[in-house]
Amino acid sequence: MTNEGPERIGATRKESRRLLDLWWQEMTTADETGRPAAYTFVMGSLNEILRVFDFTVNFPEITALQTAIRGQSLGFLQAAEDYGYSPDICGYVKVDVGLQLKGRDHPHGKVPRPSLVVATNMCNTYIKWAEFWEHLYQCPVFVLDLPAWRGTGAEASLDSQTFQNDLRYVEAQLRELIALCERVAGKPFDVDRLREAMAEVNRMAECYHDVLALNRRRPAPFNAVREGVVYQGISNLFRGSPEGTRFFEVAREELRERIRLGIGTVPDEKFRLLLSGTACYPYFRRFVELFEEWGGVFVHSTYTVFAGGGFLPGFAYDLTRPIESLAEQLLYSAWLGFSTPMFSPQEWLAQTVREWSVDGICFHGVKSCRTTSAGLPDVREWLRTRYDIPGLFIQSDLVDPRLWAEAQIKNRVDAFFEALASRRAVAGR
Amino acid sequence: MDELAEVLEETRALVEDPDLPSVRRWLERNPQGKVVGHFQVYFPEEVAHAAGVLPVRIMGAGSALQIRQADARIAAFVCSIVRSSLELALSGRLDFLSMFVVPSICDAARNSCGVWVRNFPNLTCRVLYLPHNTGSSYAATYLRDEYRGIAGIIEEMAGRSITDDSLRTSIALFNENRRLLRELYRVKRETPWLLSTVEAYTLTRAAGLMPREEHNALLRRVLDLVPQRQAKRQDKIRVVFEGGFCEQPPLDMLAVIQDACYIVDDDLLIGLRWLIEDVPTEGDPLANLARAYLDQSSYSPVQRDPRKPKAQMLLRRIRESGAEAAIIAAPKMCEPGLEEQVNYIRALEAAEIPHLVLEFEEKMAVFEQLRMEVETFAESLLFELA
Ligand code: SF4
Ligand code: SF4
Repeated sequence: MTNEGPERIGATRKESRRLLDLWWQEMTTADETGRPAAYTFVMGSLNEILRVFDFTVNFPEITALQTAIRGQSLGFLQAAEDYGYSPDICGYVKVDVGLQLKGRDHPHGKVPRPSLVVATNMCNTYIKWAEFWEHLYQCPVFVLDLPAWRGTGAEASLDSQTFQNDLRYVEAQLRELIALCERVAGKPFDVDRLREAMAEVNRMAECYHDVLALNRRRPAPFNAVREGVVYQGISNLFRGSPEGTRFFEVAREELRERIRLGIGTVPDEKFRLLLSGTACYPYFRRFVELFEEWGGVFVHSTYTVFAGGGFLPGFAYDLTRPIESLAEQLLYSAWLGFSTPMFSPQEWLAQTVREWSVDGICFHGVKSCRTTSAGLPDVREWLRTRYDIPGLFIQSDLVDPRLWAEAQIKNRVDAFFEALASRRAVAGR
Repeated sequence: MDELAEVLEETRALVEDPDLPSVRRWLERNPQGKVVGHFQVYFPEEVAHAAGVLPVRIMGAGSALQIRQADARIAAFVCSIVRSSLELALSGRLDFLSMFVVPSICDAARNSCGVWVRNFPNLTCRVLYLPHNTGSSYAATYLRDEYRGIAGIIEEMAGRSITDDSLRTSIALFNENRRLLRELYRVKRETPWLLSTVEAYTLTRAAGLMPREEHNALLRRVLDLVPQRQAKRQDKIRVVFEGGFCEQPPLDMLAVIQDACYIVDDDLLIGLRWLIEDVPTEGDPLANLARAYLDQSSYSPVQRDPRKPKAQMLLRRIRESGAEAAIIAAPKMCEPGLEEQVNYIRALEAAEIPHLVLEFEEKMAVFEQLRMEVETFAESLLFELA
């Protein structure tokens, strides 16, 4: 028992590497072994269903992100731009287009050809992206409509007629997707395997929440941006598999151990921050450092909500009625986990600021992603005037290194921390 | 000035006025009247009309408005129409709205609905999810019920119920409007020297700003007068203009193009011409509108429908209008438009159809470069075709 504690430190990182390698191995060999591949997206992946049919599942958002972290996104972006894609188009799309045009050779391995594409409307760009593969490969594309956040009035509640109507639509589509998967994979649907996958997702969701909640502690045991991106990756890639659940158990154990030992993610935590949006991946390390240099730690982010599987507190599938329950949870996720954190995040942000003892919010405007970024300046203003929550707005991109202006960003970050510090001095904290 | 010139000038002044005088006139006549604003591209205006409510299309402000307040609320990398539409509201020009509907056409538009909700807490702002899974057996039922939900909000707002009969009357009125718009487009296609694109465009655009009864009368009058025009056919190439489904190119940009080419068909304000056939008036009217949206409709980059592959639809538009070339435009920062542009270009290249690629912004004010590009394009084609 005495050795257990220290061994846990670093276990999450090791396990994440192992799992990512495993996934790439599967991707790389898929074409050779004739195993069909499905392309899907993080917001509404339906990995539960795809797993039942033994698809190798490619998440092009994740492969795009990985090229950026490896410092290799630019070549792919340029290939897409040479093909005709405008500099204003989503960087993820362009990295993937470049990748597809360059023979699907990724720094981590080989991306398989798609036999099927499943795209929700949670980002409209998913649909346009899917149409690119449709043209290139003539593969079937299933667009799963998730009518979600509606603006004024309508609520995500089983009592609401709008929600009930949406639910019937989603359920019908799930049944149609299953029929399509049967045709593409050439095997019948097995509801028991779906139940197994859903049970795993239940377990994973519970651990995922435990993990995020541990960051309410001071000092925060992890950085919701640096480690958050790994959690987000695994929660999507291994959604519905025992390895996925196990990963979050390992992470939970390690974080508890860190808390027990008093190890924070930075040696001297001074400011607790929330990130609205995503990081800039070509300068990922630097992005986090700019904040850590001031003792600033990202304790939470909207990203871990909308890109982390849409797990909401209390998320649980009812395994006695799998398809109905899948539709129901998917729709709740679409309303409250995907679309609300993007279009109407203010109340969630304000609540997280209170519950996670946050000092300020960093709003990162991602130039090529209107989905996460278009309304951020307004949200920042709203939170400042309503709740006196300090907000920093910076702008770059998620994969395009050409849009990273370090001196300018650093100036803003520094000024933000200076303002936070003087605020604190005035408040006598 | 002759009668037609006068009507056209008035219409142009109307569509260029960011204060929406036609709506204000309607409200003077109907002091208790309610107005529903709807963003591009398609909204079933019949539903509002059937409750006696005026549907008004929010199409941005072109270059008529300096964007001041909206810039602080919406990121700079978002298309202009989203920002200028918000500016119209923030500057008080849309203070007559009781409801604002944003169809879920793209990420920027959907996100802007969140901005509207935060900035106008007393306004009902609603996202309308039009189906992208058009092949689903449930899509039409879903859409019918979604329309019913919107009808419910409008009923409450107007204090008046929307009956099947009132809907049928509205559908008939809008069918007539669509028929007249088709006629307008036929005239432009067959005799572009009698009706220019700028003229046809302003006439179409007016539909989104005035009661449809008045718009029908306007179109009838114009359609009566146009054949009497004295104008000669000129030696110009025939082109299709594609890229005006959402953010609108400036009128001066269209004018530059039409100086060198006949624009014989286009997708400008396609939402007003989305339904391409009459919507049946018998049976369940909301179900008919939903079916028509799916099955009797045009195409655009923001509707997914595998039955209407967009590049094929564009080639068909070019063929059916007898065009020799295409102008493929897209608004700056418009994700779906710019993505579709790549697809269109590939298809045009494969079909060996000459095309000119343009990017624009509604608030563009300098056209010298554009004029040169268009003229060079047109001249080289005229030379080739000669
Ligand atoms: S627009 Fe944003 S959310 Fe959509 S695919 Fe691109 S990066 Fe992802
Ligand atoms: S112009 Fe393009 S990006 Fe802008 S609202 Fe319209 S469809 Fe969306």
